[in-house]
Amino acid sequence: MGKEKIIHIENLNKSFNGTSVIRDLSMSLYAGENLVILGKSGSGKSVIVKCIVKLMEADSGKISVFGTEVTACSSNELSDVRSKVGYLFQEGALYDSMSVRENLLFPALRNYKTRKLGMPQLDELVRQNLDSVGLLEAIDKMPSELSGGMKKRAGLARTLMLSPDLIIYDEPTTGLDPYTSESIIHLILKVQSEYNTTSIIITHDIKCAELTGDRICVLHDGNFIAEGVFDTVKKKDDPEVRLFFK
Amino acid sequence: MNSRSPMVYKTQQFLLDIAGITSFVGLFFRNLFTRRFEGREFLNQCFRTGYQSLLLIGVTAIILGLVLTIQTRPILADLGAVSWLPNMVFVSVVTEMGPVIFALLFAGKVGSGIGAELSSMRVTDQIDAMEVSDTYPFNYLVVTRVLATTIMLPLLVFYGDALAFLGSFIGLNAYSDISFQLFYSRAFEDFFFRDIFPATIKTIFFGYFIGIISSYMGYYSDKGTEGVGRSANSAVVASSLVVFVLDLIAVQITDLLLF
Ligand SMILES: Nc1ncnc2c1ncn2[C@@H]1O[C@H](COP(=O)(O)OP(=O)(O)O)[C@@H](O)[C@H]1O
Ligand SMILES: [Mg+2]
Repeated sequence: MGKEKIIHIENLNKSFNGTSVIRDLSMSLYAGENLVILGKSGSGKSVIVKCIVKLMEADSGKISVFGTEVTACSSNELSDVRSKVGYLFQEGALYDSMSVRENLLFPALRNYKTRKLGMPQLDELVRQNLDSVGLLEAIDKMPSELSGGMKKRAGLARTLMLSPDLIIYDEPTTGLDPYTSESIIHLILKVQSEYNTTSIIITHDIKCAELTGDRICVLHDGNFIAEGVFDTVKKKDDPEVRLFFK
Repeated sequence: MNSRSPMVYKTQQFLLDIAGITSFVGLFFRNLFTRRFEGREFLNQCFRTGYQSLLLIGVTAIILGLVLTIQTRPILADLGAVSWLPNMVFVSVVTEMGPVIFALLFAGKVGSGIGAELSSMRVTDQIDAMEVSDTYPFNYLVVTRVLATTIMLPLLVFYGDALAFLGSFIGLNAYSDISFQLFYSRAFEDFFFRDIFPATIKTIFFGYFIGIISSYMGYYSDKGTEGVGRSANSAVVASSLVVFVLDLIAVQITDLLLF
């Protein structure tokens, strides 16, 4: 495993209307790693990753992503970082006025990495990515015609269009039946090896954490209360950690 | 800051919205001139905003012309001034009633649509998804919609004026056999450009602010499903109110400049 540091967070703080959600949190992510952030719903998991891609401003602290300090960078540098990061939202966040094909083309036609490709090449790329997530037959469907699991697959295919080096999965298995959950977990592993990406997986699903995570951080009360490989975390006595292993 | 009193809270919220809308206007012009222009989406929005309102504005306009004529004809007849009727209808519809009534209908139909659509995109993370994939949602979603309302409302008002005029002709024709040529020439007798020009400038501003305000309400919508309804609602209420405020300002300016 490469030891290049992709993300480094130092003393991140974030509060909303005086309620502190993240307190003095620090973490690092290394190339090729699958990091799982495990935490109850409302514990601030999404807040951490939104600060990483600057969908939210941190109150204080330093966040550097691919060597760029996103807490204090120009909009060009931020663009550069964002083109390297794929973000899969909880419900897939498909653009509901566009078909699956148009959803995948939307970022590709506008990003500097891909926009110079001709239409036939882009179309090929769309097919290739939809095929990777097993959704090629739904290429001309509208998002409203897709099931929850299919929306997540399509959302993943869309983030793959820009060949990200890092993919952030926000609760990839939440709201899915066990069978679909498992197929999404396998898809994450497949994408990880096929596209050679680093991943952050946010979840409260212990099975998803076990199967996808190389390293697990347990978030509680604004900070990590346990960190390590699955078996290490599993042996912790902390009652808040034990809660996940019931 | 004490925000316990609802009065204070409402005032704070109002001032925040004013500040937000002002910065939205700034963002609009910055994005308009520096970012790639989303031409296809702009045409799509023009089609949607324009086409959506054709029937509504058309029917209202014909009724407006009819009612106005049927109501004023007896009064004018008493004064022996029926021949003034086309001209009177023209002036009142073109300068005042048309722009305001059609703009209010437009705010109700298109403004609520924009508020609801953008807010549901915000709630389901679609706007965030555009932002993290390094495409500019403001440019794609807001600039195109605001330009579309700015251009389509004046065109719709022309169309509404014409139909109100037709309604008036139908109304008058029921009583007397006035020919369309005569009606037409009497209506346009003196006033033409002096009335149409300021009215058109006014509708451009109406269209622009209906677009800006509705987009603002949707774009920064609260999370949660009830946020969508609230955004659609505030889009209509706020842009209707602004139509009246702008109309008041426009009357003052036209007064100063023309008389
Ligand atoms: N935009 C926001 N405004 C106010 N509060 C927020 C906002 N985003 C998140 N929060 C609060 O931060 C806490 C953590 O939210 P989140 O990170 O979404 O939780 P989760 O761990 O389930 O992803 C929640 O209590 C939520 O109320
Ligand atoms: Mg979350």
